[in-house]
Amino acid sequence: MKKNLFELKFSSLAENVGIARMLIASIAAQLDLSLNDIEELKVVVSEAVSNAIIHGYANEPDKFVYLTIEHNLETLKIIVRDEGCGIADIEQAMQPAFSTDPERMGLGFVFMQSFMDDLQVESVVNQGTTITMIKQLGKIQPSQH
Amino acid sequence: MLIDKKIERQTLLLTLKGELDLNTSESLRQTIDNEIERRGVRTVILDLEGISFIDSSGLGVILGRYKKLLPMGGKIIITRVPPHIYKIMELSGLPRIIQFEDLPNQEDGRKGNRYEKKSL
Repeated sequence: MKKNLFELKFSSLAENVGIARMLIASIAAQLDLSLNDIEELKVVVSEAVSNAIIHGYANEPDKFVYLTIEHNLETLKIIVRDEGCGIADIEQAMQPAFSTDPERMGLGFVFMQSFMDDLQVESVVNQGTTITMIKQLGKIQPSQH
Repeated sequence: MLIDKKIERQTLLLTLKGELDLNTSESLRQTIDNEIERRGVRTVILDLEGISFIDSSGLGVILGRYKKLLPMGGKIIITRVPPHIYKIMELSGLPRIIQFEDLPNQEDGRKGNRYEKKSL
């Protein structure tokens, strides 16, 4: 199967989180992933994009979030990037229950780590954060529909 | 997300429909907090049968309302959670601190079954 690549740039608005989820759900459905896998992929995209909006941009609406989804027969790669404030201590940010907001559970990275096979976080303070997540697709055949 | 609201004395029943994420969790927070503060609600029942998606934004609002109600002697009860939503809640550890009830036979008055609590 050929490589397939999607790139989406969108404003840092909460209503766009659902659109990002729709994109990954559509791509995952085309890959014939199970409903369970599709639900998990929707959660990880939702978490990564929400993090960019809430933490990267402190809810400023006039910034941009960049979502890249790339797949071939073996792997599905999701990259979520912002050009926001960055994360000073990535290790601390990835701890379960760590959150700078008492209303939030600090579970974003827990879900991303649980549902994906690989998670990389690169961040530079005042320059932004890039989250790269990979799911191994194994021998799943593409949809024939 | 649609929120259907019913109040009886100090109990608030919210029937939710749609997706509970960053975009919708704030309206749920405001709805519950308003009823706690203005009408003295102390028991909040969330019927999640119509919820199709939840992430940590939605879970955070539920946990936040639990933390708010606890020192007031109040509580939050979650009912009729779809299996794929319960799976996310289970991973978050929420069922270990919040009461979950399934009330599929509400109409005929039979008491529902509690979910079995599972740890990670």
